[in-house]
Order: sequence, then C-alpha cells, then structure tokens
Amino acid sequence: MTPEIRLTESPAHLRHGANIGQPLTRRDGILKVTGKAPYAADRHPRGMLYAVLAVSSIARGRVTFLDVAAAKSHPGVVDVMTPTHKPPLAEDPDAKTNPFMFRMELLQSDAVRYANQPIAVVIAQTLEAATEGAALLTPTYETLSARVGLDADESFVPPAVGPGHPPIVEHGDVEAGLAAAAKAIDASYETPAQYHNAMEPHAIVASWDGDKLSIDTPSQGLAWAQGRIAGLFGIPVENIHIRSPFLGGGFGSKGLISGPQILGIMAARLVGRPVKLVLRREHMYGPVGHRAPTRQRLRLGTDGNGLLTALEHHAKTVTSSFDDFYESAADASHTLYASRAIRTSHEAVRVDTGTPLFMRAPGEATGSIALESAIDEMAWACGIDPLQFRIRNDAEVEPISGKPFSSKALRECYTKGAERFGWWERPLSPRQVRDENGFLVGWGMGTATFPALMFQANARAVLRADGSGVMETGAHDMGQGAWTALAQIAADGLGLDIDRVEFKAGTSDLPDAGIAGGSAHTATAGVAIHNAGAAVIAKLADLATRDQRSPLFGAGNAGVIARNGRLHRRDDETRCESYADILRRAGLAEIEATGGGAADPVAQADYAMHAHGAVFAEVKVDPDLGQIRVTRMVGAFAAGRIINPKLVRSQLFGGMIWGMSFALHEEAVMDRRSGRIMNPNLAEYHVPVNADVPSLDVLTVDEHDPHVNPLGIKGVGEIGITGSAGAVANAVWHATGVRVRRFPIRISDLLMAG
Amino acid sequence: MKSFDYVRPASIPEAVSAASAPGAAYLAAGTNLLDLMKGGVSRPDRLVDVTHLPGLDRIEPLADGGVRIGALVRNADLAHDASFAKAYPAVAEALLSGASAQLRNAATVGGNLLQRTRCAYFYDVASACNRRVPGSGCDARQGENRLHAVLGWSDACIATHPSDFCVPLVALDAVVEIEGKGGRRNVKLEDLYRLPADAPEWETVLEPGDLIVALKLPGDASDFAAHARYLKVRERTSYAFAIVSAAACLRLERGSIAEARIALGGVAAKPWRAHEAEKVLAGGAPNGETFRRAAEAALAGAKPSGDNQFKIELARRIVVRALSLAASGTPERIPALPASPFSSVPGALHDA
Amino acid sequence: MINSISLTVNGVRRDIALPDPRVTLLDLLREQLDLTGTKKGCDRGQCGACTILVNGRRINSCLALAISHNGADITTIEGLAQGEKLHPLQAAFIEHDGFQCGFCTPGQIMSALGLINEGQAGCDPERIREGMSGNLCRCSAYAGITEAVLDVQRTLAAEKERRVA
Repeated sequence: MTPEIRLTESPAHLRHGANIGQPLTRRDGILKVTGKAPYAADRHPRGMLYAVLAVSSIARGRVTFLDVAAAKSHPGVVDVMTPTHKPPLAEDPDAKTNPFMFRMELLQSDAVRYANQPIAVVIAQTLEAATEGAALLTPTYETLSARVGLDADESFVPPAVGPGHPPIVEHGDVEAGLAAAAKAIDASYETPAQYHNAMEPHAIVASWDGDKLSIDTPSQGLAWAQGRIAGLFGIPVENIHIRSPFLGGGFGSKGLISGPQILGIMAARLVGRPVKLVLRREHMYGPVGHRAPTRQRLRLGTDGNGLLTALEHHAKTVTSSFDDFYESAADASHTLYASRAIRTSHEAVRVDTGTPLFMRAPGEATGSIALESAIDEMAWACGIDPLQFRIRNDAEVEPISGKPFSSKALRECYTKGAERFGWWERPLSPRQVRDENGFLVGWGMGTATFPALMFQANARAVLRADGSGVMETGAHDMGQGAWTALAQIAADGLGLDIDRVEFKAGTSDLPDAGIAGGSAHTATAGVAIHNAGAAVIAKLADLATRDQRSPLFGAGNAGVIARNGRLHRRDDETRCESYADILRRAGLAEIEATGGGAADPVAQADYAMHAHGAVFAEVKVDPDLGQIRVTRMVGAFAAGRIINPKLVRSQLFGGMIWGMSFALHEEAVMDRRSGRIMNPNLAEYHVPVNADVPSLDVLTVDEHDPHVNPLGIKGVGEIGITGSAGAVANAVWHATGVRVRRFPIRISDLLMAG
Repeated sequence: MKSFDYVRPASIPEAVSAASAPGAAYLAAGTNLLDLMKGGVSRPDRLVDVTHLPGLDRIEPLADGGVRIGALVRNADLAHDASFAKAYPAVAEALLSGASAQLRNAATVGGNLLQRTRCAYFYDVASACNRRVPGSGCDARQGENRLHAVLGWSDACIATHPSDFCVPLVALDAVVEIEGKGGRRNVKLEDLYRLPADAPEWETVLEPGDLIVALKLPGDASDFAAHARYLKVRERTSYAFAIVSAAACLRLERGSIAEARIALGGVAAKPWRAHEAEKVLAGGAPNGETFRRAAEAALAGAKPSGDNQFKIELARRIVVRALSLAASGTPERIPALPASPFSSVPGALHDA
Repeated sequence: MINSISLTVNGVRRDIALPDPRVTLLDLLREQLDLTGTKKGCDRGQCGACTILVNGRRINSCLALAISHNGADITTIEGLAQGEKLHPLQAAFIEHDGFQCGFCTPGQIMSALGLINEGQAGCDPERIREGMSGNLCRCSAYAGITEAVLDVQRTLAAEKERRVA
C-alpha cells in the first residue's frame, strides 16, 4: 500500500464528516479494472441488430442519390433508414424552443449542412454487414461551395454567448485607459477547432416495447435527454428508461443527447428490434459538437507602476449555418485582473460545420490561453516578472461587476505554487537557460479560474430498519468520481459508515441529479444529497425525540446529532440510540425524505463565485529542431471544499494535461475547399500520450466558502485547463524568445522564427 | 469492409499463385491493411494470409557476415534481438520509435516495407488521389499539405512514405528477397519504391503475386555499428509519425569519416537515401562544418510542395544533428525515448 | 464457406464458427463471446483501448482478423483476476487512481501486463511512459498509470532480489 496522498495543507480542516475530505479509492474501481463496468456499447439484448451511420462527404448541398439497393443486397443487411424511409417523429428536429435545445439531423431532409452529417442508417444482423452496407450507399450530391474558417462570411454580433451571456460587456472607458497608458500591447491569438474525443464513442442500445423505450447510452444529463427523447417521439417521459452508469468520458460532448443517439432509437423503432449504434471515431467529428475556433484580439495598457489601465478582449468565433452556439472566449477577462477599464466583445460568422458546443471549460479555456499570453506579453513590456505582474493586478473584487468574491485564495495559490515550483529563480528575459544537454529551458505561468456554478438536483434518502441507508440521485459518473465523492457526501449526510450506504445513481428513474457539467455536479447533486440526508435524519430525530421510550426523548430536533448510525443528544452524547432501534420501535421498515440542491439567488446576487488557481510550467525546447517537451507542471488551486483529494488530484492533473494539449497538440485540420476535416482520427488529431506527460504536482489551498453552497464546494472539473494552456505557451516563449500566437504551437513556428 | 475470400496457403508457391489473381492482397499482421480496409481505401476481394507460412519468421546470419530476416519476423522481435540490435543499432532504434508497442508486436518486417502513405487525402476516400484512384487528381497539392513531400514529388502526388524502419534500411543498402511467378529475385530496398512521377499508383516495382519473403542486410552494414543513430522529429513525444527523420551511420577511421550513410524519412514518397551527402562526408572530419555541408547536399534538390518550406530547413538540421549524434557514438542501450531529440546522450551537439 | 477457429480464451478452449472472415478479434470478443471488457475506442490501432495479450504479447485486437489467429492463446482483462483476488496491476491501478472514466483502463492494464512481460522497461519511469504511449487516456490519468506500473515493477524487482538473496 502506498502512503496517503496529501493534497491539502491540513486535510482535517476540510473534513465535514467522517467521509468527506478522505482520499478514498474509487468505489467503482474494481468494476473498472476487471472490465466489468458496463458501458453502453457493452449491452447486447436478445435479438439485437447493429446500426451504422452513413455520413456526408460534402459540407454543404444535398444528397441526390443513395444506392439503397446495393446496401440492401449485401448479405445481412436488414434495412436502410433514409429521409424517405424512417419512423415518424412527433417534433421537428429543427425546432428550437429553448437555447439549450440544439438542432439535429434526423434524416428530416436531403439537405447537407456539414461534412460527416448523418445521411442514412444501415441496420444489419452483424456489425460487419452494417458497416459495409453503409459504404455501399455511395451517395451522390449536389454540392455547394463550403464556407470554411473565421473569414468565410460577414460577421455579426451574436445575441448571446456561451450559456446565455451578453456578447458585449463594458466597465469603464477602455479607449481612455489605453490613451492614458504608459505601456500598451495589441496582440491577436488564434485557437483551432478542437474535438472532445472521449475514449468512448457515443453509443446507444435502444429497445422499444410498444411505446416504452429502454436505452443504454452515455449521458451527462439524463433528465434532459429523457425530455428531448419524449418530445421527439411523442411519448411520456416516464416511458423512457435510460441507463448510464458509466460514461467513457464526456467532456461536454454527452451533455445533450446527440442526433446519432436519436437515430439509434429511430432505427430500433423502424425494425422493431433492439438496435445498437456506435459511432465510428471519424463520425465524432461532426454531429456531436466541438470547441469552435477563435481569433482573439487583446489590447492592454498599464500605468507607470504596471497596473492595468485598460483590458480589451475581443473574440471572433464561428457557429454552424443552422444553429447558435458561441464560444464565450472574451468572458475570460471578466474576473481575474483589476483593470480600471474592461471591455469584452464577441463576433461570429456562420460556416458549414456541425454546431460547436460546450467542450471542457467552454469559453474559459479558449479565452484563458489568449488572456494569459497577453498578460505575459504585457508583463514583459513592463519589465516585470509575470507572477509579480499578476499579483500586482490581482482583483480584490470582481472587476467587471464590482461584487466581492465569495472567497478567493488566489494569492495563496500564487505564493504556494511559486514556492513549490521554485519560480523566483526564473530569469526575467527569455532564452537564458539551458540544461546540461543544451536544451532551451523556459518557465511560464498562468492564472486559472472557473466559475463556481450550481444547477438543480434532487435526491432521495432512505433509512432502513436494519440500520443501513440508501441514497438515490440520477447522477452521472464520466470519470470525475461521482460514485465515490457523492457516496461520501451521502454517508456523511446520513450519519452512516460509507459501507452501510447503498448509493444509487446513473439511471433516469432516480431523482434528477441535474447535468454533469460546468464543474457543478458534485456541488449540485452533493447539496441535494446533503439536504435529503438532513431531511431523513430530521424525520428520524422526530420519531425518537417524541417517543418517551427513547433516551433521546425531549431533546428536540436541534438537539441531536447523527453519527455512525446513531443519534446522540447534543448536550449529552452518552445518551444515544441507534437508527435501527428507533425505526424498529416505531414499527417502520424504513423512512424516507427528499432534498434538493440549487443555487441561492441571494448569494448569487451578492457575490462573485469562482475557483482560482496558479499553474507553473517548465518546457524544454530543442534549439535546432524546435521539438517541445513539457518537463514539469505545478498547479495550486483553491476550489472550496475538497470532497476527495485523491479524485481531485486526478481531475486537476487531467485538466492541466488538457491545457498542455491546448497549447501544443490539439487541432482539427479542415480542408479550406471542401470543409472536410482531414485528421478525423486519433493518429493525426493529437491528444497527449503518456510520454508527453511530465512530472505533475498539484496542491490545493484551503478555502472555506460559506456562500457558494451549503457544502462549500466549487468544483474542479474544468479549472485545470485554464491557466495551464497559457502557462505552457508562456514557457515556450521564455525558453525560446519566440512568441507564438497561433495554437497549437508547432515546430515550424519555432524553426522559422529562430 | 468489403467481403473477401480468405485463403490460407500452405506454401510460398501456393501463396504466390493465390495472390496473382486481380483483387488479391497479402495479409500479414494486417496492422496497415485492415486499417486501410476499414477506411475503404483498400477493398481487396481476396486475402491471402501468409502468417502461417513456415520458415519466414527467422533471423539468420549470412555467409558474408550480413543477416537475413524472414518477412514474418515481428518488428518488436527484430528490435529486441540482441545480436541484431548490436550490429544494426540505427535499425533497432528506428523500429522502436515507430507506432506503439502493441503495433510493433504484431507488425511484420515484410508488411512494414509495404506500409502505405499517411497522406490525409489518400486516406480520405472522398478526396481526389492519384495514388488511390489513378487519374483522379491530387487534392493534397492545393490542400492541407504542411507535412507533405519536399523531395522527389510530382504534381500528381506529394505523399510521403511513413516508415521509420525503412530509413536506416535504405541507408544500409538493405535488399529484399522476393518470390514471384518467375521465381525468386533480389531487389535493393531503395529500388523497391518508385517515386510518383506521373503514375503514383505504382508505388513499388512488385508485380501481382510477388511476395516479399525476406529482408537482407549485407555484411558491411554492421561496420557502422559504433556510430549509428536514427532521429525522428514529431509533434508529440511518442506514437506519432515523423515530420522528418534521418538515419545517420558513420564508419570512422583515425578520426575522420571513412564512409557515411544518410537517409531521410518523411520527406518523399520513398525512404530517401542522400547519396550526395555521403560523398561530401567521405574523407571529411566529423565536425559541424562537414555535417552542415552534407545537409546542404542532402537537401540540394528539395523544394516545397505546399505549405511545407519549413521541412527543408528542418531536414537539414536533422541531418546535422543525426550525424553529430552518430559521431559521438552509438549509446550502450537504446534510449528510453528511441529516436527522440530528447534522448540526448552526453556529448551530443546542440546548435551544431 | 463457413470457417471455424479454435482459440484459448482466458484459459478456456473455445471452438468458434466464423461465417464472416471480416470479424476482428475485438469484435469477436465483444459481440460473440460476451467478453466486453476489451473496449473499442478507435477501431484503427490508434488508441490502445482494445489491447489484449495474444500468445503472451500485447496487440491491438481491432487490427487482428480472428480467422488469422486460429490456435491462439488469448488473455483479456476478464482473465486477470483470480476469483475475488485482483491481479497486482489491477490493485495498483485502483490504489494510484490510474483511471477516471475507466474506458481505456482494460487496455491500459493489458498493455501494462504486456510491458512487464517484455522486460524492457524495468523501473525506469521514462521507459514506462514510452512503453505505455500506445494507450491513450483522454481523462489523462497518465500520472497514476505510470505510478501503478512502476509500483508493480518495483514489487517484482524486490521479489526477484529476495529470491536471489
């Protein structure tokens, strides 16, 4: 056994009950290491057929012919679903009654609006037959020229960006701030289209029984998926049962049910048999969302003391020709730096692409790499150490709103991270350091931030006469560790040992746990669990304190505490009674209660709520060949209460590697003429491999936040990317003296500049 | 994947006969072929499975001091064969820098020699590609071609050969032993590949039915063992194709270069032997000045085929670095990151 | 023509009819033999999620035709634990949190087992990282993966030393 990983300075301080704050290993660990954890594509109901998508090879136009006969003549092919041969839908897939309802391609017409759009579904007895059937459709098209790239068309100001934020936000007079500045910079940065590329391709196994539908599919939002399916098929929500106990990664791409998943349900409807549809890897570069490319211009000015007088952040992005999602990149400049004037703005163009969507730290990551690069450039222009510059411009209140922070331990992150990294040894000028083998060495840093969000969730708690408990919420585990972290909260909420709690999650028949996104799932579902636990304990206490036979009689609800399956009088802890005894005497097999979790509107109005962090990176660069290797990263994060430091370490590491990947690896390459993505695979769309991952170190800084939610949780799922991407980019500059403003940084950028 | 007949011949002549039919393809491990079939790039009607043929999985010494490697020897087995790795360290290093451990465990020597290009337009069946569909055009020429060829390309095709293994093999004058309808013949590996010219679909000189049965390295190929390296620049630290790579092998005598071998990968439709550079090096002093002149000679005929001017300069620098590394001596053990610039050994030159 | 093959899968001999020669080892395991622990991430040899041992060596099962592997001895993730007792690698992956979503995990563990069998990496973290680079993890649990493999390697090395001493 290895020693406990000490993440926090003083874990005990963060402990809520006996379980929260403990670095428990994953409760689903054994299932996952033995191959027994069931993912959607592992299901195989009796009589199941296989469905495979045929997708468009053009980006714009219409399908004029599909060789259905050829596909059907292939042995094993059962049917081919096309725009003219498909089950009816109750709702137009292009209808949009709320901003989170995205249009999807469900064979409603022959129109093609992006490359890799589904245009037919082949259903067969075997996977091999369905796959070849799809190839045999050999579609012909009427092709219109594709609109590709950030300059494809006239731009416009989107009505809203990200999850409904205003596109333009101003505080103070940026032009005046720039005019008055002693030093100023004006720099543009480009970020590419990125694809989530969860290891698990989107998959669905769907079975109809009359108007009842049973589904296995990965989902970050079961209730939303249920609602969308109910609308499209015109059936009641309660007729739809979704199982999603494990997601093989989501990163936002499984937040909303996607068109291909619905096509799987339609295929099952069409053939009257269970159907499995799993996306091929290349199919994931189109209908399931992506991070949109951006071009961001930052103008910064400082006074003679290196204090920001103006910060302007303008982001141009793209959306699809038929729907609206706008990467809110410029919003990254709202929170971090205390500029006298701030202006953020967005513009967009419509291109022939699948609709971009939320991808891990949507807007925040994209904006962060540009902002943190610009801050670094500004610090250099001022001749100030970049960390010193950030500390000098650290915001006491949220700059854009003037609200106080609910908590903000960023200064401690800066100092502790810097100390752990050894930052203060860094020479100010670039290209000063070489290692013993002659490689250029550079150090860079970036500030991390992510909003502390809350959605809405419910949970149901049960205490049973045998002294055990049940906690139910339809939570989603996409790797962040819901099975463990939420069970820890449940155990503390019920005052039970974690092994006495049956924690149920991952299916749609459980109380709605909200969406697993926005780094808010542990907070939202956790608060619901906490409240459900408190409610059922209150009921139990009521039974005991009203019963003359109980040692707790007369203690009053406020006068007992729950611990290890017993209620104790607060004023005399020796007077106690077990849950089992209380329930048995009351003649009850079990009692139950529900609880909810939601944002507190008063606190939200009064406070700015964010997690913060500081990331430090060391890179080595081959001075002749330009190849880059990140050799060391240290992240210090303040994210409220840490439920499970072991899982948090993994989440933050993962985010930091995503940040590194943003700076150095990921890019979907689109052919300028055809609008086709030319690297829709994992060989040429590079995500980091093990050898890319350096020595990583994470520390968390204590933060007690009474305002974000009753548990004080801020969330850690996404913050790791922010700051990290900029830290790596800044380290590359510090190593080489070459400032690359187009990401990912490539060997050619360094080679041709050097 | 198209349906195919599966044939498992019992002997080499049976295999040749079965594979001579139109639409037939040999199946070895399938690590490249199945990938191509799944993408619809290759659609053979018949697979002739040679993996069960006897006698093709041996590494044998030759009378001239060279070595004969059966076509079915797996990449990993060859790289980890101690006497092979000692005699031909650049080949072992190249092998271990390619693909992943899983793929190296499966992929065969013969299959690797016939690896197809990773050009995205070749892989994308919706794109025009003369190599895949003769006469259809080349969408790469005006497309996303940052990583395409800078040597030996034509307007008909600007694809590159993706193999690492073949680069030092070409440098070391490897020979392939081929059995065809007319019997057995030997072809120098360098001559196995054809440059695209106006017929990029003819990737090799192989005729229908031809089966590579062995690869041979001549006796003098091990003369370079003390000063042989393979260097590969890529866009992630491992498990990526080369942007540009180079094999450099030197035979040093009394402090000067008696003989040099240089080949480049990722720059042309074939592993590119730099004969002119070798002439520059012969008799010279193993120093930066000589290496730079050799690099100039190696890339003298290079020209960008698109947005890839940088590859010419990168290739020059890789030649210099690979020569510097070779000059400073073959490491005792293949580095932890084979062929990576980050696997420097003490004494390697930077900013050479 | 209906072909058939015989495989030993996790120690059990299976005779399998293969009416379609296109079936890969991966699809055979997952769709016909109900061994779904082995995962399909890319189906093109680019991610390593489908890693299994064939005759003791790790390979990508997505790029291996089943029909070509008649007589092979196959080990999948389901064949690692002995009853309730986890293989040391499985235990180490849990202990070091060498995974998050778990989807790549069977491939990672089988790859790690292959790496140990190959005997090239030893206790050098850099060689382990390189040797495990054929297995992508989008959650990026690489630090824990490396720690887990290193942990097992060190235990094996210590055991070996004890036996020698």
